[in-house]
Amino acid sequence: MRAALKSLVRRRVQDIPAVDRLSFDLAAGEMVGFLGPNGAGKTTTLKMLAGLLHPTAGECRVLGHIPWKREREFLRRITLVMGQRNQLVWDIPAADSFELNRAIYRLSPADYHRTLDELTELLELGPLLKVPVRNLSLGERMKCEIAIALLHRPQVVFLDEPTIGLDVTMQRRIRAFIEEYNRRLGATVLLTSHYMADVEALCKRVVVIHHGRLMFDGDLAGLVQQFTAHKTIVVQLEDCQADLHPYGEVLSCEAGRFTLRVPKERTAEVTGRLLANLPVIDLLVEDPPIDEVIDRVFTQEAS
Amino acid sequence: MKLPSRLQGLLSLYTQQFKTTFASMVQYRASLVIWTISAILEPLVYLIVWSTAAKGPGGVQGYTAQDFAAYYIALMIVNQATYTWIMYEYEYRIRHGSLSFALLRPVHPIHADIADNLSSKLITLPLVLAVAAILALLFHPSANLQPWTVAAFIPALVLAFLLRFLIEWTLALAAFWTTRVSAINQVYFVLMLFFSGQIAPLALLPAWLQGIAAVLPFHWMVGFPVELLLGWLTPRQALEGMGAQAAWLAISLLLVRLVWRAGVRVYSAVGA
Repeated sequence: MRAALKSLVRRRVQDIPAVDRLSFDLAAGEMVGFLGPNGAGKTTTLKMLAGLLHPTAGECRVLGHIPWKREREFLRRITLVMGQRNQLVWDIPAADSFELNRAIYRLSPADYHRTLDELTELLELGPLLKVPVRNLSLGERMKCEIAIALLHRPQVVFLDEPTIGLDVTMQRRIRAFIEEYNRRLGATVLLTSHYMADVEALCKRVVVIHHGRLMFDGDLAGLVQQFTAHKTIVVQLEDCQADLHPYGEVLSCEAGRFTLRVPKERTAEVTGRLLANLPVIDLLVEDPPIDEVIDRVFTQEAS
Repeated sequence: MKLPSRLQGLLSLYTQQFKTTFASMVQYRASLVIWTISAILEPLVYLIVWSTAAKGPGGVQGYTAQDFAAYYIALMIVNQATYTWIMYEYEYRIRHGSLSFALLRPVHPIHADIADNLSSKLITLPLVLAVAAILALLFHPSANLQPWTVAAFIPALVLAFLLRFLIEWTLALAAFWTTRVSAINQVYFVLMLFFSGQIAPLALLPAWLQGIAAVLPFHWMVGFPVELLLGWLTPRQALEGMGAQAAWLAISLLLVRLVWRAGVRVYSAVGA
């Protein structure tokens, strides 16, 4: 039953392929981050996998179904959350919209209440469910949107920017929830986000696309390895007077805190020289932040 | 075994949709009343014009002011029961992508729309009946209501509702192909005005126009149940009329299927 999620997708719109020769597989229960800049084709791909878009060429299988046939059995087992779209009815409390979905998905009262209780607890929905949706804050509404999308306990979950526009606390809460949902149900999750923190926290594996093409498919650490030939060295000195150019590219200096960019293979040597030649108070060697790595992946493609 | 469970599912869907619509409507009582009043006003204008024109001896082609009063009060009720607003909504749904959520659900979106329509009709029914009663006091309608016409009116009204709903729902799907939906709607409304019996009872039109109206669907959606209720038709004409309704219903069911499939294909090619 838990057939692997397979897809091999190619799509054209007016001779501008939104997604082109993109191919990847997901195993059941896997959580994968789907990355790319705006317009890379992430949403297009998610919509194809959820059955909303019909590709002009190529093939794709989700749970053994061809998505765009939109068979009832398929639709009952998937969900798509779009951070910028709402399915809740605006003028009435979320609880009423939930009831409507209970009828639409024909959930038994027992299953429905069990899931609802679980979601209410995990997402702390309690008081939110009785208030008209238009009176909820963005974060509160998003929690309710996620809940309604999961009421039928889908095995495959597509999340398109589920944390967009939310504050850090709310982002963290939703992240924790997604992790818990994946753990409890063994659901397969494909997630797009602009916030690398989401991806770092949730996904071992990332798929990076750009201009509709696959750029990278593998684990996060591998992405850093493959796309960065540099390390960042942070050196704390007394002040910013010293000239560190001989050691590497100086990215910044604030209150004696220098940030240097150094080729990976020279890291040990440069660190040794810094410690030997300068009154170093503190020193730190880091991989560049993941955002920077991703940014480099995209600019590399452009050049 | 399979059918009853599907029916049960639909019944529960309709019940829930009714609750949802009711809850939404309560939030917008004022606009609901305004919509209903505007749906009432149009037949009221024709009622006043025709009953004034029929004041003289012999009325208009034998129809008295009281006949017109009965015709337009009944028409007001039938029109209220059968009208839809779906054509105004579809373009918005398609452009703003809310249709996407409907497509993700394991049930045909038309059910939600039918349930929504029926719900708001039920909510406004008391208002319409009250207006009809007031008009009856003011205009002294006379009609040849009989037990069989009242009994036959019910299925004719149900058929009229379904027919009008399916046709207007299909027409609303034009929004998949064009952004100039309002032009199409305008043509539809003009045809509706003439051939449904809204502007005048069809019996007053020239014979050749009546012939055209008989093959078009419009009369079967509004005018026919009215004439049937008022006892203007023989039992034979009533049966034939319901036959025509059933035939058009079959055609529109086929049409809605074909157009929906083609429309979703277009939607899913363009995306939203």
